[in-house]
Amino acid sequence: MKARFYNTGLPIALLVILGLGWEASVRLFEIPPYVLPGPLQILEVMWQRMDLLAAHGLVTLTEIGLGFWVALVVGFTLAVLIHSSQILEWAFLPLIISSQTIPVFAIAPLLILWFGYGIGSKVVMTAIIVFFTIVINTVEGLKAADPDTLALLKILEATPGQVFFKVRIPQSLPFVFSGIKIGVAVSVIGAVIGEWVGAREGLGYLMIHANAQLQVELVFASIAWLSILGTGLYGVVVVLERLLVPWRQRAASLISES
Amino acid sequence: MNKRTGDPLLQINGLSRAFSNGKDKLQVLQSVSLDACEGEFIAIIGPSGCGKSTFFNILAGLISPDEGNIMLDGKKVPHLRGRMAYMQQKDLLLPWRNTLDNAILGMEIQGRHKRSAREQARELLKIFGLEGFEEHYPQELSGGMRQRVALMRTILCKKDILLLDEPFGALDAMTRGIMQRWLLKVWGQFGPSVLLVTHDVEEALILADRIYVMTSRPGSIKGSLQVSFERPRRITQADMVDCKKYLLELLEEEIMVGQP
Ligand SMILES: Nc1ncnc2c1ncn2[C@@H]1O[C@H](COP(=O)(O)OP(=O)(O)O)[C@@H](O)[C@H]1O
Ligand SMILES: [Mg+2]
Repeated sequence: MKARFYNTGLPIALLVILGLGWEASVRLFEIPPYVLPGPLQILEVMWQRMDLLAAHGLVTLTEIGLGFWVALVVGFTLAVLIHSSQILEWAFLPLIISSQTIPVFAIAPLLILWFGYGIGSKVVMTAIIVFFTIVINTVEGLKAADPDTLALLKILEATPGQVFFKVRIPQSLPFVFSGIKIGVAVSVIGAVIGEWVGAREGLGYLMIHANAQLQVELVFASIAWLSILGTGLYGVVVVLERLLVPWRQRAASLISES
Repeated sequence: MNKRTGDPLLQINGLSRAFSNGKDKLQVLQSVSLDACEGEFIAIIGPSGCGKSTFFNILAGLISPDEGNIMLDGKKVPHLRGRMAYMQQKDLLLPWRNTLDNAILGMEIQGRHKRSAREQARELLKIFGLEGFEEHYPQELSGGMRQRVALMRTILCKKDILLLDEPFGALDAMTRGIMQRWLLKVWGQFGPSVLLVTHDVEEALILADRIYVMTSRPGSIKGSLQVSFERPRRITQADMVDCKKYLLELLEEEIMVGQP
């Protein structure tokens, strides 16, 4: 209880302090708003241009959401295949890992070329960037099954299917969720890069657009929205994890109580 | 109440097993032979590290013996899987399952519907002292409770041979007494053959029809003792005290050998 208070209270307090410092500096040094607007001004723009920001935010959120699903479904399936066959692991894993050395920026123009200016190219971009952490974490989770537990299942004469669904999948869930949490953070990057390279809507597009017109407050307002989106998505994942992996939560709370 | 009848159900002949770590070879079991009749309650005692768990793991088919064979109903078998339920020394509860769902794991794997399996398990909660803890996860249970959940999972498999590896090791004296009496009741009702490993001479005397004593590593059978007293037994009976003395002497010799 106390920990929770500090958990949410302290970051908010820090944010307020930083904001006040920022506001004070901007006023004290008379920094012009087209270079660096103060937080109050940004909040004002966020309020005034609410409709615009929400409309573009919704586009970006859709891209992230769809891209995430694609990454999750493809990534999980591939992880299961890699886990089920040594040959597939040898074939796929090195390629998946080395594919990470290609910067997404480098292939973004190609994706625009192939999937168009619309939402499709951003979904693919997000999926590509999230996919990696999902695959790697899921494979690790599927492998994490404790040998003694596997021996128990053997004693109980479980079929391979039963071992998979009753032990491997539940055992992998905490790993999958760590993958998803990292994925949430990078998914925002994927969508925004896609919008920078070529788009007609979305918060990334809005930033570029506003920047070109020296509407620096609007750039900051877009950034604030992106950060709210990312944090909100992270919160959703945390809630889902609590629902789907309740045993981990309980173990953690026991440790913190003792 | 001695259930020994005619031919043995289970005959184990000359089981040996060594483990190699690197160059060194560690002989753990050296020609272990024993038999068990249908419905018989056998206890195995021996110094720790003498290979009791290894012996059970061979019977369960988790590891294979270097030499020796296992005969079940007069036929040679590779292991007892299919006929036995085995409670290992570790409780091995699944952390994502609560008490009730851990207890029904074996039944579920046998294809029973979860709902009917849970109903059956629920009826046993009280005897196992787990009432009110059916929704708890293993991390929230004491060592003794976890062991009882594991025992419940084993019993609910309903097999005719039970292998129990120090099933009451983590229990306090009072719970242990209750569980021992309860195990005798289950045994009387369903009549499985029981092989029970224990380091507790009194526990062996209270429970078993026959007690095998093992030597220190490499483990083999040092001797056996028929215990024909009526149940329920009391450890304070004069003849039980004599048996206890005899067994302790056998064991102490081995512990001396084990620690030169
Ligand atoms: N898989 C293994 N590999 C190597 N050594 C083992 C293995 N399993 C057991 N041992 C060794 O065999 C000996 C007997 O172990 P165990 O059967 O667990 O004894 P007990 O149950 O009688 O205490 C121990 O010294 C242990 O270290
Ligand atoms: Mg042991």
